[in-house]
Amino acid sequence: MERKDYERLRWRCIRRALLELDITLTRFLDDGFDKLTDEEQQVFVELADWEDHELWYLISGKTECEDPRFAPIVAAIRKS
Amino acid sequence: MSIPVLKFDAVIVGAGGAGLRSAIQLSEAGLKTAVLSKVFPTRSHTVAAQGGVAASLGNSEQDHWTWHMYDTVKGSDWLGDQDAIEFMCKKANEVVVELEHYGMPFDRTDDGKIYQRPFGGHMSNFGEKPVRRSCAAADRTGHAMLHAMYQRNVKANTQFFVEWMALDLIRDEEGHVLGVTAMEMETGQIVIFHARATIFATGGAGRIFYSSTNAFINTGDGLGMAARAGIPLEDMEFWQFHPTGVAGAGVLITEGVRGEGGILRNSSKERFMERYAPNAKDLASRDVVSRAMATEIKEGRGCGVNKDYVLLDITHLDPATIMKRLPGIHEIGLQFAGVDCLKEPLPVVPTCHYQMGGIPTHYSGRVVMPKDGDMSSVVPGFYAGGECACASVHGANRLGTNSLLDLLVFGKSAGDSAVEDLKAGKAHRDLPKDAADKSLARISAIDNRKGGANVHETRLAMQRTMQDHAGVFRFGDMLKQGVSKILEVEKAARQLEIKDKSMAWNTARTEALEMENLIEVAKATMISAEARKESRGAHVRDDAPDTAEFPNGRNDKEWLKHTLFSPVDNSISYKPVNMQPLTVEPVELKTRSY
Ligand SMILES: Cc1cc2nc3c(=O)[nH]c(=O)nc-3n(C[C@H](O)[C@H](O)[C@H](O)COP(=O)(O)OP(=O)(O)OC[C@H]3O[C@@H](n4cnc5c(N)ncnc54)[C@H](O)[C@@H]3O)c2cc1C
Repeated sequence: MERKDYERLRWRCIRRALLELDITLTRFLDDGFDKLTDEEQQVFVELADWEDHELWYLISGKTECEDPRFAPIVAAIRKS
Repeated sequence: MSIPVLKFDAVIVGAGGAGLRSAIQLSEAGLKTAVLSKVFPTRSHTVAAQGGVAASLGNSEQDHWTWHMYDTVKGSDWLGDQDAIEFMCKKANEVVVELEHYGMPFDRTDDGKIYQRPFGGHMSNFGEKPVRRSCAAADRTGHAMLHAMYQRNVKANTQFFVEWMALDLIRDEEGHVLGVTAMEMETGQIVIFHARATIFATGGAGRIFYSSTNAFINTGDGLGMAARAGIPLEDMEFWQFHPTGVAGAGVLITEGVRGEGGILRNSSKERFMERYAPNAKDLASRDVVSRAMATEIKEGRGCGVNKDYVLLDITHLDPATIMKRLPGIHEIGLQFAGVDCLKEPLPVVPTCHYQMGGIPTHYSGRVVMPKDGDMSSVVPGFYAGGECACASVHGANRLGTNSLLDLLVFGKSAGDSAVEDLKAGKAHRDLPKDAADKSLARISAIDNRKGGANVHETRLAMQRTMQDHAGVFRFGDMLKQGVSKILEVEKAARQLEIKDKSMAWNTARTEALEMENLIEVAKATMISAEARKESRGAHVRDDAPDTAEFPNGRNDKEWLKHTLFSPVDNSISYKPVNMQPLTVEPVELKTRSY
């Protein structure tokens, strides 16, 4: 991912509306994101665009992934 | 260097609840209005508010704004200004019903009215028994509020500048406020927003503490900008803490966990609450529990390498009950403490939650400061609302659900006052020649400095200092040391260095600029807290204990006054509390007890 795109993504992950997401997404960017394939990174960009509550419910396991592309990314976020 | 200038009638910094509410007033009055935000409006921290917004609608049982006013004055420990509190409580119904008309999906009663639930400190008939006063939209109150107001603004043609960071307030020689300088994050370009009215709605600054429930965005930028422009900060010693945040992370653990049988323990596994509150034990009120935890930590009975947290133990509870009654707690333990709470206790610490002080305002939303002997002289062209402002309605302690009300009422009144002042025909005043110089110099210093301080380390040093020296329970000697320590940290914060020099999306630079704001707030807090020698509301000192002469340690004879911290020379002055409501009898001084 180009620097500019990465830094834009970074800002949108480290300044969320919910503290829970600030912490989990920052951690994932620091440890995990660069292990994703280019395609997976694009899926993460999509996820990062979600509304905060929806995304936190997904990451915390309160709701299930409907889109199979999200499952491995969510699993990686939870592990990081 | 020539800096682009964008001209508006009004510029609003902040697109959370307060900023969006102000913008509606201005745009719907036909004024050309810009709203700047570091993030997309519906990513503002107001989204995190779930509990609801207070209004004495009386939909579920009898209620009255004078009862709400009484609760708010008492909650504030009599430090709140009674004119502002009357204004807010009386306006509550109007702003909540307006929000309903904007499309806010409030929970409803069977007969279609807004459903209301009880919330701590809100009582009927002047403190008699709990009343249902909080209006909510499921667990998405703040989120739904922002959506409704954002849509309304789009319709009214408010111009949004998203992912723009305001840097400095522009004031001319006579002290008039003429707008702000701001940086577009995508390009790194600096622009002047030249306005006839400037409204700050930048939210809180809870990130000055190591343990905070606030999202990372709460860096007190509005307070930093005001301070750099020579405007004092009011009542900054008052911060509300929640007893149980996950140590190190800040994520809230609800009171429900102790309600279900959770027990607090120190390093020798002792159930220490038995000593502090033999009857209520772990279920004692928030402040009692927080103080006990802080005392255990201060006296060396904390846990972990730094002995800086205690344990919340639920391992004796039935795992099935935990998973059923306390959904989410298991996941919070795993994600934020790395602990399986079914098997091991959770590390917890009293955690900063809400900032009561801020930029001093009149209840009309106009910013005020001392000038020529008048302690509350209006700063022309400058308005503020929401958590960054101090009207002061929360005084020494905020009641839950009153902050969403604050941002609606004072967001609106700041907007209305700006409309009124602008309609009176004020033209754009000329920009000073050096309008952007200070911002440019700050950025160039950060970009070019070699051998300076690391942003992350400086922030951590500040947060540790604030947590250890000005936390939920305060000690005279610790506060004194805290003042010298925070002044040391300030030196580093004035010498920040970053490695990344790119223009576009330079998050390192943005974080350095935020740090320069945080330190202004931290310093104001520490110095104001050291100076106030009594206990009141959320400011509780070990050396101002509960005695017959001074119940709860509160000393009205000497300390019934607002603190004004002057950033120009780190000095403190005081101004009287307004004990005179607008139309009703004052709420007389009493000991605050529930
Ligand atoms: C976990 C949690 C739960 C809460 N629950 C409740 C509740 O149930 N009820 C209640 O009444 N209160 C609650 N509160 C408190 C309440 O949510 C806040 O006080 C309130 O939302 C603050 O709103 P605001 O509009 O002042 O600021 P925010 O919503 O924080 O918005 C600030 C805005 O300013 C912008 N901004 C900041 N600096 C700059 C800059 N330099 N340049 C450009 N833009 C900038 C941001 O981008 C953002 O748009 C809660 C708080 C927390 C932390």
